[in-house]
Amino acid sequence: MADIIKVEHLSYVYNPGLPTAVTALDDVSFTVEEGDFVGIIGATGSGKSTLITHMNGLNKPTSGKIYIDGRDLWADPEKIRDFRFLTGLVFQYPEYQLFEETCYKDIAFGPKNMGLDEAEVDRRVHEAADFVGLDPALLERSPFELSGGQKRRVAVAGVMAMKPRILVLDEPAAGLDPEGRDDILSEVKEYHKKTCTTVLLVSHSMEDIAKYANRVLVMSNRKIAMYDTVEKVFARAPELLELGLSVPQVTKIFLKLREMGVDVPADVYTIPYAVKTLLEAKRRRDAGESLVLPRSAAQKGGAV
Amino acid sequence: MLRDITIGQHFPGNSLVHRFDPRLKLVLTIAYIVLLFAASNPLGLTLSILFLAVMYKVAKIPVKMIGKSLKPILPIVLFTAVLNLFFVSGEGDPLVHFWFLSIYAEGVRYAVLMAVRVMALIAGTSLLTYTTSPIVLTDAIEQLLKPLGKLHFPVHELAMMMSIALRFIPTLIEETDKIMNAQKARGAQLDTGKMTDRVKALVPVLIPLFISAFRRADELAMAMECRCYRGGTGRTRLKVLRCEKQDYIDLAVCIACFAVILASRLVFPNY
Repeated sequence: MADIIKVEHLSYVYNPGLPTAVTALDDVSFTVEEGDFVGIIGATGSGKSTLITHMNGLNKPTSGKIYIDGRDLWADPEKIRDFRFLTGLVFQYPEYQLFEETCYKDIAFGPKNMGLDEAEVDRRVHEAADFVGLDPALLERSPFELSGGQKRRVAVAGVMAMKPRILVLDEPAAGLDPEGRDDILSEVKEYHKKTCTTVLLVSHSMEDIAKYANRVLVMSNRKIAMYDTVEKVFARAPELLELGLSVPQVTKIFLKLREMGVDVPADVYTIPYAVKTLLEAKRRRDAGESLVLPRSAAQKGGAV
Repeated sequence: MLRDITIGQHFPGNSLVHRFDPRLKLVLTIAYIVLLFAASNPLGLTLSILFLAVMYKVAKIPVKMIGKSLKPILPIVLFTAVLNLFFVSGEGDPLVHFWFLSIYAEGVRYAVLMAVRVMALIAGTSLLTYTTSPIVLTDAIEQLLKPLGKLHFPVHELAMMMSIALRFIPTLIEETDKIMNAQKARGAQLDTGKMTDRVKALVPVLIPLFISAFRRADELAMAMECRCYRGGTGRTRLKVLRCEKQDYIDLAVCIACFAVILASRLVFPNY
């Protein structure tokens, strides 16, 4: 499919020309295909959040170009608002942006700004509430009466209701309990599957990225360190660890097993696949095959 | 846009001005303001500004910072200047006469002096906040106002409120920035459109901002209570302000400068 996001040599400097100037992004280039689910990982301060605020034109690149759906984002600064509806951005802790008297009105804020008619707004609000699993009875309640998890849902629905082609989420699960995490992320995944929306998900949890994304973009020190499919990125565990990042726990176990000399694959990153791999290994052992990895020459010569 | 606000911002350093006892610095700043109005002749004002320039030099504060602190009050300066220009009537013939407005030479003189004076006033007080951290400054205010405590004036509470307020300015600015971005992402138009539209567009920013300010206040109150805060009585401090020899020398130099400026007004009242 076609590239929906194309970023070319993007650089961004905070406070340019002042002694406090800080480079936040340094010559970043990548493309995202329509319908992809991209996980973005990186240590704190690596430029993830700055990168995503460029996707809908909240920050203007110091140099470089961004194309969304083939159109240059900054070709006409007057038209930048159109891109705000094309790329829906959910910030960290989005529940702090709620302001209306009822959840319904808050979710309707985005669609109304798009200039849609009442009936369409109404349809979208209910659709979005349904996607995030928000009880329709709650729509007429004040968002400030709800629990943290429900507030978060209202805020995410507020962006989904704009029906963006690209949905960008900055740690949508931060601060939620484990059940809330799984719920909100599976809802996003469900939304992604049903609507074919391209999703960019910033997360610190490698498990979440492994479970939901199909590609991973690794940011390190204001640059892109890796950008590949989930399998290939998590197979490079040592490099990830060096960047101050981690790999899913199950991947760590499989890497340790390999280190101990057991013949198992290294690119295991989800529990179901791990179970399958282990059963396969057991079958091979039961059939009399050896599971011991051939030792390398260096190891053979050692006085172990 | 919001990042440009500098009033009350500290510019760390280790100059003579920075190390000067905050209580004396505060008193001298007030004295300087009085001086700006007492030494009202052009010569006195020039000398006062010269004094301030030297102080900025000693404190190693970049000139750019003065401009930054003056920018927000420019409308007020212009307003006072214009008022003075039109409403001060002098002797002799007016320079310009138009409908019911007339401009006298005296008016022009007052307008210029007033504008310069207000700017010097802001630059002078900015020097105080640039060179003194808010915490130290409120400490100084608390100590200076202590005698009022005898009259049951809540000195400590006032100082605590001030330091909390100052502490939260940058936090709230950052918060506003975040909320504005979030609402812009949902298509809010904050910087375009008619005046009435813009004011209406602020509602989605102000409501979350107030809510989070109250939430923060609640959390802070809880945290203070958890650490057994119960007001000023019997509270001791980690850093006790003490005047040393250097402070007295600085004070003497400043008083001498002020005296010279004041004397210049009395000796040459017409310059």
